[in-house]
Amino acid sequence: MSTASVYVPRDSLIHRLGAARKLLFLAGVAAASALVREPWQVGVLLGLALALYAVARLPGRTALAQVRPVLWLLVALGVFQWLVDGWARAVVVVGVLLALVLLAALVSLTTRTSDIVDVVVRLCGPLRRWGVEPERVGLLVALGIRSVPVVVELARQVRDAQRARGLTASPVAFAVPLVVRSLRHADRLGEALVARGVED
Amino acid sequence: MPVIELDHVSHAFAEGVGSRLVVDDVTLTLTEQRIGVIGANGSGKSTFARMLNALVIPTTGKVRVDGLDTASEARAVRRRVGFCFTDPDAQIVMPTVAEDIAFGLRRRRLAPAEVAARVDAALGSYGLDAHRDHPAHLLSGGQKQLLALASVLVTEPDLVVMDEPTTLLDLANTERIRTVVRGLAQQVVLVTHDLDLVDDFDRVIVFHEGRLAFDGSPGTAVAHYRALVR
Repeated sequence: MSTASVYVPRDSLIHRLGAARKLLFLAGVAAASALVREPWQVGVLLGLALALYAVARLPGRTALAQVRPVLWLLVALGVFQWLVDGWARAVVVVGVLLALVLLAALVSLTTRTSDIVDVVVRLCGPLRRWGVEPERVGLLVALGIRSVPVVVELARQVRDAQRARGLTASPVAFAVPLVVRSLRHADRLGEALVARGVED
Repeated sequence: MPVIELDHVSHAFAEGVGSRLVVDDVTLTLTEQRIGVIGANGSGKSTFARMLNALVIPTTGKVRVDGLDTASEARAVRRRVGFCFTDPDAQIVMPTVAEDIAFGLRRRRLAPAEVAARVDAALGSYGLDAHRDHPAHLLSGGQKQLLALASVLVTEPDLVVMDEPTTLLDLANTERIRTVVRGLAQQVVLVTHDLDLVDDFDRVIVFHEGRLAFDGSPGTAVAHYRALVR
């Protein structure tokens, strides 16, 4: 697992900005991106995203690392849009998605998970009257973020075990042990959460 | 030191249509500071350890920690008893090192400054200072186990239960854990297959097929365990 989208400590204006404001800004840009029609507007949006990386004192290769996982998806989408709607539409669709991925990753890179959890807990506060426990929702978010590298590691172990036994890639032979291992991990994690006093 | 009392404790796990007895009528009182638990796989020692933290409630008998019944006062017991598992990956909850140490303190309603001070102290004590904001999944196995231990100890439990904390570790990291355990002021119950780890403990108990097979000093307990295996 690469270190993509994991908090990178830096002393920057964006790091110091509250998690709630950053999330609000991200939501605002996502909503506004629906209005983007022209390729030059996409240029402005991408320029803004990259400028914010510079303000956050994060190098260009960090920005690149955020895009790599979705690169092929964007290429395929771009080709499809180009064939169906022409190049201008392709540039707009791919460019907007690229900018949003970059900005969402920027929030993760500059905000501690515990700060995001605090925002989620505050946002869920009013739901208490309907029986929602905000602390639990926050924990769910934290566990979701924490579980990504764990499941990636489990997948690597399953793949290694298959290769060691000379098995070729079979989706079922990969998925079944991965699901079993993930469930076993969830079981142990649940036990650890109880031991760490999560029900207090 | 808290007093750990087991009074005719048995525990059976459901298995198919029947059940399997994993702890069989154990009666014990533990008051020493450092208590080792050894025995073969499946001998019941892990279940015993889990009973001390109310993770397992015995099917019959009573377990009391410092007078608190684990069946009826589980939350109060867990607040006093910290538990360290074999696989640190399964107990690290938060994505970064400092956040995971702070996690156990979230529910204690401490002032943010107090939380920060305790996290700083824990990072320093366990050599994790340089990794404060590092993603926990990028730590080495030994560092992960130290983090898991730090996250437990930061909540200042009266009793620390560890279930094979060195099984996944190399020699150097095992030594680090041993040093940490030696330095603890709390009562420690350590379940292990590493017999060297308990050689300076105050009391070592041997589990065999769910029963308490031996109870005494480390030297005699290890000799008894070896004789059982032969």
